[in-house]
This record gives sequence, C-alpha cells and structure tokens, in this order.
Amino acid sequence: MNLTLKIWRQKNADTKGKVVTYQVSDISEDMSFLEMMDVLNEQLIDKGDEPVAFDHDCREGICGSCSLQINGEPHGPDRGVATCQLHMRKFKDGDTITIEPFRAKAFPLIKDLVVDRSSFDRIQQAGGYVSVNTSGNTIDANSIPVDKESADMSFYAATCIGCGACVAACKNASAMLFTSAKVSQFALLPQGEVEADRRVLQMVEQMDKEGFGNCTNTGACEIECPKGISLENIARMNREYLKASVK
Amino acid sequence: MAKSALLKSSLAKKYWMAFTGLFLCLFLIGHLLGNLQLLIPVSEGARDQFNEYALFMATNPAVKILSYLTYISILFHAIDGIWLTITNRRARPQGYVSFKPSTNTIWASRNMGVLGTIILAFIAVHLYQFWGQLKFGSLDDSLYTTANDQEVTDLYTLTIQTFQDPQYGLIWAIIYGFSMLAIGFHLYHGFSSGFQSLGVNHPKYNGFIRKLGYAFAILVPLAFAVIPFYIYFILEKI
Ligand code: HEM
Repeated sequence: MNLTLKIWRQKNADTKGKVVTYQVSDISEDMSFLEMMDVLNEQLIDKGDEPVAFDHDCREGICGSCSLQINGEPHGPDRGVATCQLHMRKFKDGDTITIEPFRAKAFPLIKDLVVDRSSFDRIQQAGGYVSVNTSGNTIDANSIPVDKESADMSFYAATCIGCGACVAACKNASAMLFTSAKVSQFALLPQGEVEADRRVLQMVEQMDKEGFGNCTNTGACEIECPKGISLENIARMNREYLKASVK
Repeated sequence: MAKSALLKSSLAKKYWMAFTGLFLCLFLIGHLLGNLQLLIPVSEGARDQFNEYALFMATNPAVKILSYLTYISILFHAIDGIWLTITNRRARPQGYVSFKPSTNTIWASRNMGVLGTIILAFIAVHLYQFWGQLKFGSLDDSLYTTANDQEVTDLYTLTIQTFQDPQYGLIWAIIYGFSMLAIGFHLYHGFSSGFQSLGVNHPKYNGFIRKLGYAFAILVPLAFAVIPFYIYFILEKI
C-alpha cells in the first residue's frame, strides 16, 4: 500500500520542530509499524537525507522502548499492543498517518520522535523496589505463602513495561497509571509490605517533582496501555498513600 | 513528611477534590428536598410552608454548621479545581498536532474545569438572586406572620415571582435549566470519579457505584430543573 506520513521532525531540544510530509510506497500489510518506518528511513538515507530518529529495541512488546503517537493515540489505533506490534493491516491504502513523539513536560524531546523518559526511572528508583539480602543466604521467595489472587494482581501490575503510553494518552500528561502499577506490584505482596509506606510516599513525591500532571480519572491511560494495566491500581495507590500519610 | 504530603501532594489535592465534591452531592440532595416544596399548589399553603422551612434552615444551629461547611466546600473545591486544571495543562507545554481523546474518554471527564466554572458562575448568580436578597436585600419589608404564628420573610413570593415574571421568567428558567445540565455532566463523570480518587475501587462494587452515579447525575439535576419550568408554565399565578 501507499501512504502519506506526516512526521514530527526536530533536530534537538533547542531547535523548533515541524511536521514534514513523506510518501512511502509498496508497504506490505504484514509489516509492523516500525518496519514501515525502517523502509522510510532507508529511502531517506538513499537520498542522503537525515533518517527519522525513533526509539525501538526488542520489537516484541516487552522492552517498552517504542513510543510513537500515531494518529492521535499512543501506539496507534490498535488496542493492547505497543507500536512494534502494530501491523500495517490496521491502515488502508492511501491513508495519511500522523506520527508524533509522546508529549509531556516530564518527557523532554531529544530528537525527532525520541523523548527522554528517565523521569520514569527516577520514580522507580525513589522506592519501586524491595530490599532483600542477596549476599549468599538468599531465602527462596516461594517460602513465603502468597494467596493466588494477590499474586495474580501483583503480576498484572508488574506487566507494565514503562513505555509511557499512559502519560502520552492522558490529557494531563499524568504518570499515575505507571506509578500506581509500580506501587501495586509490591503493595500486594508480603515481601513488599515492610517498605510500603515509604515506597508510596517517595514515589508520589518524585512523580510530582518530575512535572507530571494530576489524574482526572478520564481512563484514557487504561485504554491505551499496551498491557491493559487497570485503573484499580491508581485507586490502590490512592489508598496506600492515604494510609501512609495519616500514620 | 507524611503530614505535609497530605496537604501539598498531587494525590492530596485529589482527596480534597473528591471529598468536597461528594459532600456537595449530599448537599444537593438536601437542597432538592427543600426545593420540591415549591411544587405544592399555592392554594394548599405553599407560601407558609416554604417560608417556615426557609426560616428553619436559616436559624437552626445544626443546619448553620452544615451551611458553613457547604460554603467552604464550594470555595475549596472551586479553587482546588481551577488550580488543578491550570497545572494539568502546564504538564504538556507542547501539544499534539493530532490528538484524539474521544477515542478513549468521555466528554464530561475532559471538561470538568469548564463545567465547574459554569456551575460556579451559576452559584454566584443564584446566591445573589435569593440568598443575597434574604440577607442584604429588600426582603425585610416582606415580613409577615404565618398561620402557625411564625414571623417569616417572604422568600416564597420572591421565588415564584422571579420565575413567573412575564418578561424574564422563562429566560431565568432556561438559565437554571442549562446550569443543571452542566451539573448533570459534571456529576456524570464526577460521582464515580470521586470514589476512585478516594481509593474506593473494587470489581464487586464498581458497577453499582457507576450506575448510582449515572442515576444521580441524571435524576437530581433533572428534578432541580423541572421546578422553574413548573412554576412558569403550570403553577397558578400569584
Ligand atoms: C454543586 C456543585 C458541585 C458538585 C456536587 C461537584 C462535584 C464534583 C465531584 C464529585 C467531582 C469528582 C472529584 C474527583 O474526581 O475526585 C468533581 C470534580 C471537579 N470539579 Fe466539581 N462539583 C461542584 C462544583 C464545582 C465548581 C463550582 C467547580 C469550579 C471550578 C468545580 C470544578 C471541578 C473540577 C475542575 C473537577 C475535576 C478535578 C479533577 O479530577 O482533577 N466543581 N466535582
């Protein structure tokens, strides 16, 4: 199929960017969206133009690197997939596709479609861990009984790949879904209970410091999340935080 | 740190928003029950009943405390809400060329600030029109004694005359109706959203809370909105 691409081009954080229009032809509907981008970039390189910079790594929906805002939605029109798993069969011959970087004050642009999502790392580092002794006499995790429901819910929360689609989709550029998933995956387990209060207080504090917006419960994040992380996690974080702050 | 977190953090702002918002929902029920007395036919002593009720509301100490809580809630909710709306906008200084929020959110949830501002403007007009007249206006001249020997100001006649005014009555009714529409949309999202903000989210109860919210958001504003139209079109003229 033949497509018109409107892509955000910006040399670096200090210059002004703009939308540039490109044509690509003979795109197979079995290609992934990123493979279509590769075709475009080869075309640009052949012409001696600067290829479009975009993030990608595993290309199988696990790493959370890819991060394109496609036709106004993070990871495009498909549900439950990252951009790398989006296939061109979701588009029609002759379509115009607008491709932009994820936009948020806390995700400063580096180049073209690449943004700096290290704010997520800093939220994680502020408390998204469990302190256990790993220096030789590590206790087997399975020696602590965990009920099935909590284990499952913790696992679902832990499937968050930290791609930032929740922030990109949110009209407030809020990071609540990400942060709450990272709070929940530990809060639901006995191993995480010991540091629960400190964890939630520090992670929320870091989240605020990074300049993310607040949650208005619109639910856009949950719908656009490639892993279907539930709003239940945000409610859990709200509970955990309330509990921790009145103590 | 914990205590200041409960005042300053993003989540704390949400708690206060939800707490005051849901408290105002309770206030709406109380206010509505009072207003429904305006549907009583004039010939059945509506004037005495409504004015005695208004006197009770203005003098009972428990109601007084509740009314101060209501004023504070509205003020706090409005300031917090406007502040949140502004800071949320700042979290994305560079917008998208193409953004399709309608694919994943409902309109009301994206426009709480606008809806709230309409409600705030309405509250200001409404307070000026009735409460202001009661406290500072000319209503003192309307003092009279009811059949139950109570000395009351005639808020009832002021209300009925406002909506039966041949020139402006219908316009007022439409303004009130429109404002109730804004409250309806505000609560269509806000009611269940308030529970979520306070951490109340459980698969077992979510469906119920959402449905209760939809019912509340439709029925309560509708019942409010019917009253001025009823007074204009149906109630006997006074
Ligand atoms: C009768 C009056 C009102 C009632 C019953 C009411 C109720 C509510 C409720 C229940 C919520 C949901 C809270 C949450 O999501 O946690 C809410 C949110 C909101 N209200 Fe109101 N409200 C009223 C008036 C106002 C006014 C006067 C404003 C003024 C600007 C306002 C602005 C907002 C905003 C901006 C939100 C969204 C806040 C957010 O989620 O970040 N509301 N309201």
